Amino acid sequence: MQQTRSVEIGTGLFVLLGMGALFFLTTQTTGGDDFSADEVYTVEARFENIGSLRTRAPVAMSGVTIGRVTSIRFDPVTLEAVVLFVIDSQFDQIPDDSDASILTSGILGSQYIGLQAGGSDIYFEDGSEVLFTQSAILLENLIGKFLVNSGSKDDD
Amino acid sequence: MTPVLRDLFNTSVEFVRTFGAFQLFSLRVLRHSPAVLLGRSGLVIKQVFNTGALSLVIIMVCGLFVGGVLGLQGYSNLARFNAEDSIGVFAAFGLIKELGPVITALLFAGRAGTALASEIGLMKATDQLSAMEMMAVNPVPRVLVPRFLGGIIAMPLLVAVFSMIGLFGTHLVAVELLSVDVGAFWQQIQITVDMDDINEGIFKSIVFGVAASMIAVWEGYNAVPTAEGVGRATTRTVVITAIAVLVFDFMITAVML
Repeated sequence: MQQTRSVEIGTGLFVLLGMGALFFLTTQTTGGDDFSADEVYTVEARFENIGSLRTRAPVAMSGVTIGRVTSIRFDPVTLEAVVLFVIDSQFDQIPDDSDASILTSGILGSQYIGLQAGGSDIYFEDGSEVLFTQSAILLENLIGKFLVNSGSKDDD
Repeated sequence: MTPVLRDLFNTSVEFVRTFGAFQLFSLRVLRHSPAVLLGRSGLVIKQVFNTGALSLVIIMVCGLFVGGVLGLQGYSNLARFNAEDSIGVFAAFGLIKELGPVITALLFAGRAGTALASEIGLMKATDQLSAMEMMAVNPVPRVLVPRFLGGIIAMPLLVAVFSMIGLFGTHLVAVELLSVDVGAFWQQIQITVDMDDINEGIFKSIVFGVAASMIAVWEGYNAVPTAEGVGRATTRTVVITAIAVLVFDFMITAVML
């Protein structure tokens, strides 16, 4: 009897520990986004170039994550990238002339959308479109421009 | 036909026959599994204890040191690029996707697989299995299936424990010893590791659990019923499991990447 009891306790402890470890791995090592909202509204933005922006990338204002990119598609008519993102409904006073730019966290970090507040009295709501956007700054283009500039300086 | 060629031919046929017999044996074990899981869960629980709970110590100690060595190696290499902060990602990917499942499976083969094979082999050598058959008790659902199921249940849990302890090992070395920033360490992990990565680890651990337990049970059941035969079955369990696990690991990774 005592034998069975210790076997049962041992098994129970082992399974609990295993489940605990699994729980730890799934909750503590993944996700990591501090954005979770029940109520959201969707805003659309069109960019000439989104660089390597991906869905689930954060949308930040003043450096604080207030939303998340939900879909990225290509518009075959205007030849632009159409990015849909959701913003937590508690932030419902973002002027509709705010501009969205694609920024990079750190030099080689992942890309995110940064919103810069405008001055309008009308706010973004579900289905709004961002009018002023700025494309991702591609490192290759920067280097290209830099090389062209330094080349023309030599000619002078 | 020359004798050499004939030997080669016979060996090949024998190899294919053994492989086929293993498949048929696996089907027999699998067919009995649902009934045993539902009807004789007590037997399964006892085997979860034998294969899982009793393997915990070796798994945890090895996980701690594997994680620690990842921290040391990762630090010395990443520090050259001033990327010490990524050490957590380096270790987490390594542990969750590869080292956790593979090393746990190899340790499992050494700790639990050998125990299963020798136990069943010894049962056979001492005619306990024949005695069961005499009493009209089928040894497959009574002896083999609970051990097989116990191994499958224990394996993913052991892998999870290994990966978690391993990450703590890396944390100990990287943060406490080499003073990498603790916030950067965990934040980088959380940003980079995805649910898909965890799922890959769990999937691998289940496949390895099936392979390791099935091989152990098969080797024990087909052991030559002598002291030497049981010893040989135990050895073969470790060798074949190690090969199977590493081959499966390569194939799963190739498909999933």
